[in-house]
Amino acid sequence: MQNNKLFVFLAAAIGLLIVPLFVQQLGNGPVRILDLALLYVMLALGLNIVVGYAGLLDLGYVAFYAVGSYMFALLASPHLSENFESILAMFPGGLHSPLWVIIPLGAGLAGLFGVLLGAPTLKLRGDYLAIVTLGFGEIIRVFLNNLEHPVNITNGPRGIGQIDAIHFFGIDLGKPLEVFGFTLPSVTLYYYLFLALVVFTVIICYRLENSRIGRAWMAIREDEIAAKAMGINTRNLKLLAFGMGATFGGVAGSMFASFQGFVSPESFSLQESVMIVAMVVLGGIGHIPGVILGALLLSALPEVLRYVAGPLQEMTGGRLDAAILRQLLVALAMIGIMLSRPRGLWPAREHGKGAPQPVSK
Amino acid sequence: METFLQQIINGLVLGSMYALVALGYTMVYGIINLINFAHGEILMVGALVSWTVVSALADTGLPGWALMLVALLCAIVVCTLLNFAVERIAYRPLRNAPRLAPLITAMGMSLLLQTLAMIVWKPNPKPFPLLLPSVAIDLGGPVITVTQILILVITVIILGGLLWLVNHTKLGRAMRATAENPRVAGLMGVKPDVVISATFVIGAALAAVAGLMWAANYGTVQHSMGFMPGLKAFTAAVLGGIGNLAGAMLGGVVLGLIEAIGAGYLGDLTGGVLGSHYADIFAFVALILVLTLRPSGLLGERVADRA
Repeated sequence: MQNNKLFVFLAAAIGLLIVPLFVQQLGNGPVRILDLALLYVMLALGLNIVVGYAGLLDLGYVAFYAVGSYMFALLASPHLSENFESILAMFPGGLHSPLWVIIPLGAGLAGLFGVLLGAPTLKLRGDYLAIVTLGFGEIIRVFLNNLEHPVNITNGPRGIGQIDAIHFFGIDLGKPLEVFGFTLPSVTLYYYLFLALVVFTVIICYRLENSRIGRAWMAIREDEIAAKAMGINTRNLKLLAFGMGATFGGVAGSMFASFQGFVSPESFSLQESVMIVAMVVLGGIGHIPGVILGALLLSALPEVLRYVAGPLQEMTGGRLDAAILRQLLVALAMIGIMLSRPRGLWPAREHGKGAPQPVSK
Repeated sequence: METFLQQIINGLVLGSMYALVALGYTMVYGIINLINFAHGEILMVGALVSWTVVSALADTGLPGWALMLVALLCAIVVCTLLNFAVERIAYRPLRNAPRLAPLITAMGMSLLLQTLAMIVWKPNPKPFPLLLPSVAIDLGGPVITVTQILILVITVIILGGLLWLVNHTKLGRAMRATAENPRVAGLMGVKPDVVISATFVIGAALAAVAGLMWAANYGTVQHSMGFMPGLKAFTAAVLGGIGNLAGAMLGGVVLGLIEAIGAGYLGDLTGGVLGSHYADIFAFVALILVLTLRPSGLLGERVADRA
């Protein structure tokens, strides 16, 4: 049994490592889809800490993603030095902060925002919390959209471009890399970086799930008053859940910024938050393999459908283009999967008692 | 002072539309504890159906008020049928499922309705014709248009009617009983499923009215127009104390006033640093403040914990 598990594990690891090598033969597009799917896995796992473990429904998660993205964009693009004399004077060559500065900063700032959001909402539960977090996400988006006047910080709806690619140990992920006479394009390099981060995230999530903290979160999710009575510090733990979830969002955001080379408020709409919540819930809330499945399904499948949308578009006289088809399918998936499997596609086995139950009135 | 009074008028008009939509949210929430995210889309469908009817009948030479009446009737019929179907398809099968499941189907429904509207009506914004004379009545400084007066009058009539319905009719009593406890209400001979359907139908009719008003007041319709009003209306419902009809009305009006006055004065107050495009955040800042200080909303008695 133990051997069998190890075998599956090794096979999966090798599979994940060589997949992009085959996919890249098809061009950069498909690898990009894989990359984005991995980012969504990371986001969904981060949100799963808040929603799945601690039971706090957060509809403003994309705000932290945005904070991480803009943090990276500001510190690794010419934008700041173009708009502020003093920064230009300090860094004549423009800001090109190294990864080791940006990631902790992005993660830390996003985590701080998470705690800031958590603090006033501690008393709230369920739907009230959902609507407050949703409002918080919108507030952040309004600011991103408008903070270009009187001082231009975010460049408003036009967004920030020319963001550096990630570079570390002399490797620049923005350029193709020769390894043993084999060329790895930039997107494949990003794939490996994202894969490493996802594996790291999964390990943290597994460790959390079985730790004292994770168990305390689940106790709060099941019955907050009972948890409090057992001596659990619900305030600190809820703040910690918000903070940790947000941190993952921030890291994923900074990765996104460097991967795209461009950020704008459009990428951080409420629709995006809803999509991430849907990934978590559709996959199987609180269950790591389920959440990963949900994220892969909702992020990669619609992109793949883009390629087959051509004939459909012709059939419907151009009314049903790829973007609309994608939305339609995502909407139908959200409704269809919930109707047939209200606990998600791959729920945790013990989740029968774990899922948040309707309030019996 | 003149700007102030003008913004009060604008705020009341905006607030009354919020209030109409908020009532739909609050009734549904009161009975089945569900944030019906698709409710804003009902407003959008109402507005787009009205637009279709009005443009189809534009050449018949009917007077503006008649066109509006026909459009309103069509919008109400389509929206009530639609919301009835939405409840049947997306919410009823999940009555006993984990709480998040119907919330996700509600979000899916919202996305689905928007997408379908985009396919049916094309994504481009469409101008909504002016149906009522565009005379602005001078109130000694601030002005008010005929459309705005009509919006206020209709809202007051509808709100009065709804309060009467809930407090003095059999259906209203059944609704209150179901909101209190569906199982016991069932034992008393109330059919919860019928009551819930009725709630969705009434809510949809109110949203249809609000949709036409929105279109007539702002002069453009689009598939994405329902989302923000829907969100704001839910915020209004929470502000007033969710599940409470009078609260939803008060919340709607308060929110409308906050937004209008905020948008009008923010630029002056902050010396031009923040402009009127920040108006959208007022709703959410107000929401966070109210929920922090008074988690049950302005008129609510329930504790936030129940949600």
